[in-house]
Amino acid sequence: MKRLNYLLPVFIIAIVFCFSGCGYNKLQMLEEEVFKAYGDLESALQRRADLIPNLVATVKGYAAHEKQTLQAVIEARAKATSVQLSPKDLSNPEAIAKFQAAQGELSSALGRLMVVIERYPNLKADAHFTDLMHQLEGTENRINVARQRYNEAVKEFNYNIRKFPYNLTNMILLNLERKEYFKAEEGAKTAPEVSFE
Amino acid sequence: MRWFVTVCMTIIMLSSSGYSQDSTTVSIPPLKGRVNDYAGILNEQTESTLETKLAQLEKEDSTQVVVATVSSIGDEDIESYSIRLAETWKIGQKGLDNGVIILVARDNRQVRIEVGKGLEATLTDLLAGRIIDYIMLPHFKNGDYDTGISQAVDAIIDIVKGTFDASTLEKKKSVSDYATFFWIAFIFMIMVGSLGRLLSGIVSAIALPIIGLFFSFGFPALVILAVMGFFTGFILASISRIQGGFFSGGGSSSGGFFSGGGGFSGGGGSFGGGGASGSW
Repeated sequence: MKRLNYLLPVFIIAIVFCFSGCGYNKLQMLEEEVFKAYGDLESALQRRADLIPNLVATVKGYAAHEKQTLQAVIEARAKATSVQLSPKDLSNPEAIAKFQAAQGELSSALGRLMVVIERYPNLKADAHFTDLMHQLEGTENRINVARQRYNEAVKEFNYNIRKFPYNLTNMILLNLERKEYFKAEEGAKTAPEVSFE
Repeated sequence: MRWFVTVCMTIIMLSSSGYSQDSTTVSIPPLKGRVNDYAGILNEQTESTLETKLAQLEKEDSTQVVVATVSSIGDEDIESYSIRLAETWKIGQKGLDNGVIILVARDNRQVRIEVGKGLEATLTDLLAGRIIDYIMLPHFKNGDYDTGISQAVDAIIDIVKGTFDASTLEKKKSVSDYATFFWIAFIFMIMVGSLGRLLSGIVSAIALPIIGLFFSFGFPALVILAVMGFFTGFILASISRIQGGFFSGGGSSSGGFFSGGGGFSGGGGSFGGGGASGSW
């Protein structure tokens, strides 16, 4: 019994050491970081969606007969806002692909609208429009930064759940799933194509 | 022993080489002060006026505004260069994220105002964009960088003033604070060291956090101090038992080992890509 008294503190210290050394806490912290990074990305995307009605209304004032392009933007926006991801879906490649496709469609619809706008010098000179463009550009930039940070958080998380001995902790205790990356949108980097029909 | 050192060095070198920067991008210059005119487009008078104005702003509001001009950013987007620069310099106070960077890339003829997360609601993308469009670009087109940048700084100061106050600056503990604390703690423990080992440990464990309270340290720091105090008191008492009055003459060399200095550095603020860009 006396020996037990000596062993107890050692035992407690060993357990505490295990929880800090085997990554039980760290893995959960890293997963939370992925969720937070996703939250930032989501709010940047939401911001973009919020700006679009205003943009469409302004463009309409100058270029009312570009109905098709404007309609495409409105539809893509409606679709993009309807596809939502919950934090659980971040491990689901299909859900991510669907989400990205919807957002990518909105990006390319916006890209086409920007090309159309080039034909309307009056619109480009409109102060309200230049203001809107600054907001839109700022939002696009935020989306880029948020996506990069999300991917970094995912990389850190995915690496750590595979690293020894964290992989054992994860296998036995936590069962956290690998998270998916967001790829840069196709067409986001390249200029939109101009078609002369 | 030598082989061990060699192995360690090799491991360190191998592991650090993996993190080297992409060679295609222009590297970020070091932060010199509030005005970093690497492109050489500002005259000295403008520089010193701006420096004073911006120092004044930080003193009153804790908000950090920095001007950076570079000759070229290569083929990179100004947005991505700018966020790299912001992540390196960490302008703005930690937690408040109240930093602003005005970046001019001379040969690329591009400009960006990068806004820290804490100021995004005040200095919105819209306002940053207007500052670029209506204040900076018209002057830049005439090659008058001095006026463009000075007026932009004035506008930014007008907008951000009053969003934050200097209370966070006062709370920030200076290095000399810590140095004083350690000296007091050290002398105290030497005095206690003449007591018994266990007693000295216990007294130190209680007294160190109390001294810490006078320096308004946080709770976690106080707990660590208690544990540290116990062990240090214990060990010091053991040593002084063996060595007799070894420590009796200590504490003659004083003065901080870190001199505070007047240098400028970023406060650890973070950026989320807010702001606006333009080109002329």
